[in-house]
Amino acid sequence: MTKQFLLDGQPVPFDDGQTILEAARKAGHYIPSLCWHKDFPPHGSCKLCVVKAAGRHVSACATPAKEGWEVESNTPEINGERRGLLQMLFVEGNHFCPSCEKSGNCELQALAYEYEVLTPRFRHFFPDRPVDASHPDVLLDFNRCIFCELCVRASREIDGKSVFALTGRGIGKHLVVNAESGQLGDTDFSATDAAAHICPVGVILPKGTGFAVPIGERSFDVATIRSKTLKESS
Amino acid sequence: MNSPSPRKLRVATASLAGCFGCHMSFLDIDEHLFELVELIEFDRSPLTDIKDVGPCDIGLIEGGVCNAENVHVLREFRRNCKTLIALGACAVNGGLPAQRNHIPLAECLREVYQFRDGVANGQIPNDPELPLPLDKVRPIHEVVRVDYFIPGCPPSGPAIWKFLTDLLAGRTPRLSGGLLHYD
Repeated sequence: MTKQFLLDGQPVPFDDGQTILEAARKAGHYIPSLCWHKDFPPHGSCKLCVVKAAGRHVSACATPAKEGWEVESNTPEINGERRGLLQMLFVEGNHFCPSCEKSGNCELQALAYEYEVLTPRFRHFFPDRPVDASHPDVLLDFNRCIFCELCVRASREIDGKSVFALTGRGIGKHLVVNAESGQLGDTDFSATDAAAHICPVGVILPKGTGFAVPIGERSFDVATIRSKTLKESS
Repeated sequence: MNSPSPRKLRVATASLAGCFGCHMSFLDIDEHLFELVELIEFDRSPLTDIKDVGPCDIGLIEGGVCNAENVHVLREFRRNCKTLIALGACAVNGGLPAQRNHIPLAECLREVYQFRDGVANGQIPNDPELPLPLDKVRPIHEVVRVDYFIPGCPPSGPAIWKFLTDLLAGRTPRLSGGLLHYD
């Protein structure tokens, strides 16, 4: 008989080694995430996939499912914590959606819609993060970085280039480019790299194609992130 | 005997560091305006040209806080309005005016009034009647307590109408689905 755990009271079957997040999504239950990607090992940094398993908070992306566990995810308590995490991500960077090319296709924005975030709630940091326009085909706008390391991982593990890295700690943490000058234009980064297409927010943007899709027809205008994610995981 | 019609709710609106786009969007509720004036009356607002806000039920604030006058108006609204609402991106998170926040204020002013192409012998305006700019543009919740937020640049007419009708009917206002947008 297949093993199963309970997610918000619903039985979810899983195979040994499968994480809570993978098993849940496969069974059609939505658990949100920003830093998780099916092609990489779990990163566990965004914490949006947080669930309560056997009474403890764990990252669903990094925790293997266990037989008989009772897992809480879609509850007012957990969703409230997710809303708080999203609000902290918004005030930590400079997320000015009306002028962002990624608006409508941005996972951070779509998750904030999903959890009905109406206010940033906290004080804004308004950090100074200059953009890098040195590359002929790709723009880097660090204002929107959420430190998910997807570009770092894609560049290292798929492209074999290690163009990006995170440096600094805590509030000083930031994304850097692996070149003497620190400029993307001085690396072998290419617009066809996997890392050029993996950013969930609007940091890594192809030049010359902005605002090509009109408002009303963008990814998250026509589908919620919940329905899009579940469609992709089924 | 007919019961007397309920008192109309008093509503004040203001645009601080905003572009009046949210007020324009408010007018985009079109024919609902006829329903609305049956339920509310306006206090201070660009629509009435009343200059000072009096005791109100609802205050709608467009725009962030970029100078000393904005702080004054916002505090006056908070004192007078039972329910204060941040209307639109700039009131909610600073929006476009807050894009100057990473540039030191003096540098900003010099760039505009002294060093801009075509400016000769320019100087930074210092008339005492001009409100002093703040070093950073702030969303209104960083200055006063705010009860509700309507994001969007601008929030659509239907979003504003949904929010106001919820509020006027005594329901918890809710923007979901297609009505919640940040752009």
